[in-house]
Amino acid sequence: MTLSTTAAIKAAPTDVLSSVDALIAGLASVGYIASKRIATALYMAIHLQKPILVEGSAGVGKTELALSTAALLGQPLIRMQCYEGLDESKALYEWKYGKQLLYTQILKDRMGAALSDAADMDAAMDRLHGIGDLFFSEPFLEPRPLMKALKEDDGCVLLIDEIDKSDEAFEAFLLEVLSAYQVSIPELGVIKAKTPPLVFLTSNNVRDLGDALKRRCLHLHIPLPDAALERRIVASRVPDIEATLTAELVGFVQSLRTLDLRKSPSISETVDWARALILLNADSLDVEVVRDTLNVLLKFEPDINAVEPQIGELLRRPAA
Amino acid sequence: MQGALEDFFRALRAADVKVSPVEAIDAHLTVAKVGFSDRELFKDALCATLAKTADEVVRFDATFDTFFARDQVSFTPPPPSGQDGGDPMDGLPPEAAESDLARMLLEGDAASIAQAMEEAAERAQVSQIRLSTQRSRLTRRLLEEMGLAQIEAIINAARKLEGGGDAADRLEAGKRKLAEEAQRYVARQHELYASGSGKMLREEMLARKALNAEGGIDPVDQAMMQALVKKMAKRLADRYSRRRNRAKRGHMDIRRTLRKSMPYGGMPFEVIWKTEKIDKPSIVCICDVSKSVAAAAQFLLTFLYSLNEVVDRMEAYAFSGRLISVNNILDDEHVDGAIFEVLKRIGFQQTDYGKSLEDFCENHLDHVDRHTTVIFLGDGRSNYADPRLDLMATIQKRARSVIWLNPEPESYWSQGDSVMYRYERFCHVAKTCNTLGQLERIIEDVLRTYVPH
Repeated sequence: MTLSTTAAIKAAPTDVLSSVDALIAGLASVGYIASKRIATALYMAIHLQKPILVEGSAGVGKTELALSTAALLGQPLIRMQCYEGLDESKALYEWKYGKQLLYTQILKDRMGAALSDAADMDAAMDRLHGIGDLFFSEPFLEPRPLMKALKEDDGCVLLIDEIDKSDEAFEAFLLEVLSAYQVSIPELGVIKAKTPPLVFLTSNNVRDLGDALKRRCLHLHIPLPDAALERRIVASRVPDIEATLTAELVGFVQSLRTLDLRKSPSISETVDWARALILLNADSLDVEVVRDTLNVLLKFEPDINAVEPQIGELLRRPAA
Repeated sequence: MQGALEDFFRALRAADVKVSPVEAIDAHLTVAKVGFSDRELFKDALCATLAKTADEVVRFDATFDTFFARDQVSFTPPPPSGQDGGDPMDGLPPEAAESDLARMLLEGDAASIAQAMEEAAERAQVSQIRLSTQRSRLTRRLLEEMGLAQIEAIINAARKLEGGGDAADRLEAGKRKLAEEAQRYVARQHELYASGSGKMLREEMLARKALNAEGGIDPVDQAMMQALVKKMAKRLADRYSRRRNRAKRGHMDIRRTLRKSMPYGGMPFEVIWKTEKIDKPSIVCICDVSKSVAAAAQFLLTFLYSLNEVVDRMEAYAFSGRLISVNNILDDEHVDGAIFEVLKRIGFQQTDYGKSLEDFCENHLDHVDRHTTVIFLGDGRSNYADPRLDLMATIQKRARSVIWLNPEPESYWSQGDSVMYRYERFCHVAKTCNTLGQLERIIEDVLRTYVPH
C-alpha cells in the first residue's frame, strides 16, 4: 500500500463505508482480499460502533485485517499485544514515579521560601492548599496503548492482539473500555474518548473468553479460504507471480489441508511459500522444489516427515 | 418484522446460541442498518451480531436456513371439468363465496395461503411447541384457525347440490393438500424451537443418572457423557491456567526498592511493588479399576482422561491388584482407546488397596509434595486385605490435600469389606460421587477450597 492510495482514500472515506461491496473494493485497494462475511462484519462494526472480535487459527489474516482497515481509513493504528501478566499499568497508564519524586524534591526546596512569611501554622496550611497540586495530574501520566487510543481525537484503529493470552482480570478490566469507550482513573476521574476508536480484538482460542466480553463484541470467525479466494490473495500479495504457478501452489496447499496435520498451513504460509518460490526462480512445482521448501509450509517435524513421501501423489492430484 | 426477529431469537436460543437482550437490540439495529432485501447481507450481518463462537456460527447458519426457508408451495388445483377459464367457484353452494380460503385453494394462490398460514400459526401459537407429541394437536389447531370447519361445511353442502360433486372433489383435494402443508409447517416449527430441548432433557437425565447403576451408562449416551466430562475438565483447567503471580497493587516492597535505589544515591526512583507468588499446584490422581467398581470404571477413567488433557502437571495411576502409571497411555491414545488399554492392562482384577498403596509409595511417592493434591477415585473395598493405613498416613503427611471420591453412597461405607471409614480419617474430603451432576458440584466445591490459592 502506498502513501498516495492512503491519502486518496482519506479524502473520501465515506464512500468506502457506504456499502459492503464498496468496503470489499476498498480493502482490496490496500491489499486485503476480504470475503463477504469479513467485510459485512467490519461494516457492521463501523456503523454500530462496536468492537469486533476476530477468531481463527494462526496466520489467516486476523491482525492483517486491522492493519489494512487502519490503512484504508487513513487512521493511526495503536497496537497492544496481550500476554500473561499484562495489567493496567502496562495497558492503560502509569504514573511517572521518577518525575513525581523529583517534583516533591523541588516542592520541598521551594516550600521554605514560599511559606516563610506566613504568620502562623494555619496561615501556612492555607497557603499550602492554595498551591496547585500537580502530584497526580496529566503531565505526570504516562499513557499506554489503551489511553493513547482514547485520546486520539480524530479516531484511530485499536488492535488488541491475542486477548486470549491475557488474564481473566484484565479481560474484565477491558469491559469498561469496550462498552463505553472510557476509563476511570481514581486520581483524575473518567477519561472518555471524543471519537470512539475502532477496536479489533484477536483470539487464537487458547482459552475461552468470558461471555461478558463476547457480548460486547461483534464476532468474526475467519476460516481457511477456499481455492479461488486464496489464489486472489496470493496474486495480490505476491504481484510478480505467474498465474499458473499460483494455481498449482494453491492447489497443493489446499490438498495439504485435507491431511491430518498438527498445524495446517494457513494463508500466511502460502504467501511465504509463494515468495520463496519466486526467489528460487521456480516457475512450476516439482517434487524436488517442494521437498526443499516444505519447511516454509509446515512448522512441525512430524508433519514434514508425514508429507514428504506423499509429495508426488499430492502434486498429481487435480487442483480443487 | 420485529415479531419475526423475536421468533428467530427464540429459535436460536433453542439451538443453543445464546442471545442476550443486548444482542437482540444489536440485531434490531443491524436490521435497521442493512435492511432485509439482500438475503446474504442480512444473514452475515445478523451472524456477526449474534453468533459468538465458531460453533455458534455453524448452528446459526443452520437455524437461519431453516427459519427463513419458505419453500414455494404449489397448490395446483385440478381444473374444473367444465369449460376452460370458467370461475373455479362454479358448482359450489353460495356460502362458498364468502370463504377466502376456499377461493385460495381452488385458485391455487400459494402466496396467499402461505400468508394465511403464518397468521393462523400466530393465533394458534404454533411456535410454542415443545414436544413432538404436540405436533398433531397443533396441526389440527392451525387448520381450525385457518377455517377448516367452513371448508368442510362447504364440501358437504356442495355434495348435496346437484352437479356439485366435481367442485366438492376439487375442494377436497385442496383441503388434503392444505393439511399436508400444515403438517410440514408444524414439523418445521418443532425442529426450530424444540429439537434442542430434547437434547437438554437427555443431558439433564444423564447428569443425574447413577453411574454405577445396573448396566452403567447406555452406550448411546457414552459420547454425550464424554462431552459433558470434557466440559467439566475444561472448566477446571481454566481455573488452573490462571496467573500464578499476582501483583499486589499499593503495597511497596521496601527491601527491593531500597536495593534498586543504590545506583541513584539512595533516591528511590524505581518503586517495586510487592507481588504475591501463587504456586502451581499439581495433581496426583489414583483410580481404582477393579471388579467392584466395574460399572463406574468407565466413568472414572473418562474423568481421568479429560483431567489429563487439560491439567499440565498431572500424574495418573490406575490399580486393581497392583498399581501402574497410566500417563503414557492417556497421552498417546484417543479417549476410547485409552480406557480400553488401561482396562486391558490392569482392569477388573481382585482389588488390593494395601498392595497398590505399597506400589505407589515405593515407586511414585516423589511426585507427592506439599503442592500436590491427591485424588483417589475408588470404592474403598479392600477384599479384607490389610488396607495399609500407615501408607495412607504417609501420603496425607506429604500432600497438600487428599480427596477421595467414592462411587458408593455413604451408608455403604462401613459395610462388608469396605474400609472407607478408616481411609476417610486421612482425607481432607471424602465424598460420594456417582453422577455427573455430583462430580461437577464436587469439582466446584472441593477444588475451590482445597486447591491452594
